Amino acid sequence: MTDQRSQAEIVRQSLKRRYRKERRFRAYGVLAIAIALGALLTLFTDIIGKGYTGFMKTTITMDVQLDGEMMYLDDPTDERQIKMADFVEPLIQALIKEIPGATEEQRNQVRELINPYASVALRDALKANPEWLGTTQTMTFLSHTDVDVYVKHAGDAAYSIKLNDQQKAWVDELQERGVIETSFNDVFFSGGDSRDPSKAGILGAIVGSLLTMFVTLILSFPIGVAAAIYLEEFAPQNKFTDFIEVNINNLAAVPSIIFGLLGLAVFINLFGMPRSVPVVGGLVLTLMTLPTIIISSRAAIKSVPPSIREAAEGIGASKMQVVLHHVLPLAMPGMLTGSIIGMAQALGETAPLLLIGMVAFIVDVPDGFFDSATVLPVQVFLWAGSPELAFIERASAAIMVLLTFLISMNALAIWMRKRLERRW
Amino acid sequence: MNSVNTTIASEVSQPDEVAVPVQESKPAETVIEEGKTVGKPFSDDPKFKLRDVDVFYGDTRAIKQISLDIGRNEVIAFIGPSGCGKSTFLRCLNRMNDSIDICRVKGSLHLDDHDIYDPKRDVVELRARVGMVFQKPNPFPKSIYDNVAYGPRIHGLANRKSDLDEIVENSLRKAGLWEEVKDRLDANATGMSGGQQQRLCIARAIAVSPEVVLMDEPCSALDPIATAKVEELIAELSESYTIVIVTHSMQQAARVSHRTAYFHLGHLVEVNETNKVFTSPEHELTESYITGRFG
Repeated sequence: MTDQRSQAEIVRQSLKRRYRKERRFRAYGVLAIAIALGALLTLFTDIIGKGYTGFMKTTITMDVQLDGEMMYLDDPTDERQIKMADFVEPLIQALIKEIPGATEEQRNQVRELINPYASVALRDALKANPEWLGTTQTMTFLSHTDVDVYVKHAGDAAYSIKLNDQQKAWVDELQERGVIETSFNDVFFSGGDSRDPSKAGILGAIVGSLLTMFVTLILSFPIGVAAAIYLEEFAPQNKFTDFIEVNINNLAAVPSIIFGLLGLAVFINLFGMPRSVPVVGGLVLTLMTLPTIIISSRAAIKSVPPSIREAAEGIGASKMQVVLHHVLPLAMPGMLTGSIIGMAQALGETAPLLLIGMVAFIVDVPDGFFDSATVLPVQVFLWAGSPELAFIERASAAIMVLLTFLISMNALAIWMRKRLERRW
Repeated sequence: MNSVNTTIASEVSQPDEVAVPVQESKPAETVIEEGKTVGKPFSDDPKFKLRDVDVFYGDTRAIKQISLDIGRNEVIAFIGPSGCGKSTFLRCLNRMNDSIDICRVKGSLHLDDHDIYDPKRDVVELRARVGMVFQKPNPFPKSIYDNVAYGPRIHGLANRKSDLDEIVENSLRKAGLWEEVKDRLDANATGMSGGQQQRLCIARAIAVSPEVVLMDEPCSALDPIATAKVEELIAELSESYTIVIVTHSMQQAARVSHRTAYFHLGHLVEVNETNKVFTSPEHELTESYITGRFG
């Protein structure tokens, strides 16, 4: 009896210690997750804090008098005349009219509020609507980047405001009267890169990324899955396949810039493919993604229970039928998940693309696989390295767009795994 | 035949064999003469004619000089302690061991006078004739219908949908499953109970009209009621199929089989009519096994 009680006592004491240990262990886990979440939160707050203004543009809305005499233009359908015409003067005159105290002598200061590309926009509008000549139209133009920066970051010490006091006073007043407004930055999503931050957009980079990803997916998924199936199901187990396996694992760890060098040497220098094009980018990223896809596909094939294989073999299915009818459908969710994660990696890849020339300054949205292009992460790299602060907020905004893509891809991978996973 | 006398004592030390707890009443020097089987291993009208079969896993010799006939439309049960090689031997009969790289089979194995291990022989055709049911129910994660229809489909046994429907229905009826599943043929097979799954696997195996059905401990994962149903099924199937069943349950062997073969450490010790094996075993190892002294 006493023996039993003392034993229970011992157990109780050790229990206390065990529970303490368990609590401590759990606390470590919570701490680790808290640190990770904290880092993530800091990253997101920083990027969003810096970048959300990138999604806004500053515009000037004014009544523009399209006076033919002032513009040296009497026929807007005549290409030659359009080329020679002055589209800046009507803008300056219109804005001077909007600013009560402004005089003709201050025209240069007024001019500095208007975006250099506004005259191009006016020209295009007039070309599209020749009947506007001689009338007065209410039109909206981008403001100058200096105005944009002032409107968004007036109190921010990190930004240097290039406007003088007179211009600042004008902008303040125009803002109050609703002439200068901020609105959603559609330019950012509808244009290519530009020297002028206000005009710079990421559509070119998005399209470039999509084209590159398409090439990567089309090549790496079939090749990767085929390689995985062969290695897992058909290849004999010998020194040579061991060698291949070791090398695939090694390739997965090779720094991506090496693949860029390889692409430069092989695809561009040896095969003479053009620089800066999505096809070459896709090929390079395929090389980089293949090991990831092969490894995850092999793991997915391995996880198919041998009982299913035996069942099919027992009925008399041939090797090919076992693989196609049973192994592949069961392994597909895992393969797709691995491929999406590999693609997400490729989407965020910058270094190898720098080497094959996708870092060039490209204004036009690419319209084909052989058209010069850049990709989102490289666009971020370009803007982040720019001395103009207005580009920094664009870079942050582009990072947000890139992160959105990556998060959706990873979410898709998780959703697919949950959705397609079969139980046996 | 270079028969080498081995003793249990020396066998027990082999790494891959399961140690047999030998009782003091059973002297350790019980001799198994290699290749010598007591009882009636041979038959006049054999479906399978197996002579001097050896199976190696790498360097381990898992089956030692087994010679056995399996008769037409006979139910033969393989019994013996774990690791005695009965499953290995069973899997030789439709070459399921082929997928194991280190496994080598020696000797002569014939099905209706055709060499099973002839390198030119198509293993797909062999398995269409010799079906198999496994220890753990392993339905495909597909519908009940597709599970049964899979074999006929890949072998091209049905040209029309109506033929296939008929095969599926007949197979499910033979497996005693039709009444339970006829309203949910499209349901996923993995949602069935264990016993139903195993009967589905039997239906799947007989859907390709094999001549032989191999069963590797088909009831070990089932409850007694499901087991009784499967045993009933085996009795019915024995009218038209040759059935080889590996079992750990001696009662099951006694209930369903015509002949029983007792395996011990890779040797085939005794083969005889089932009632003889269980009432008057000739070999002392058989006797100690069926009386539960080890196993």
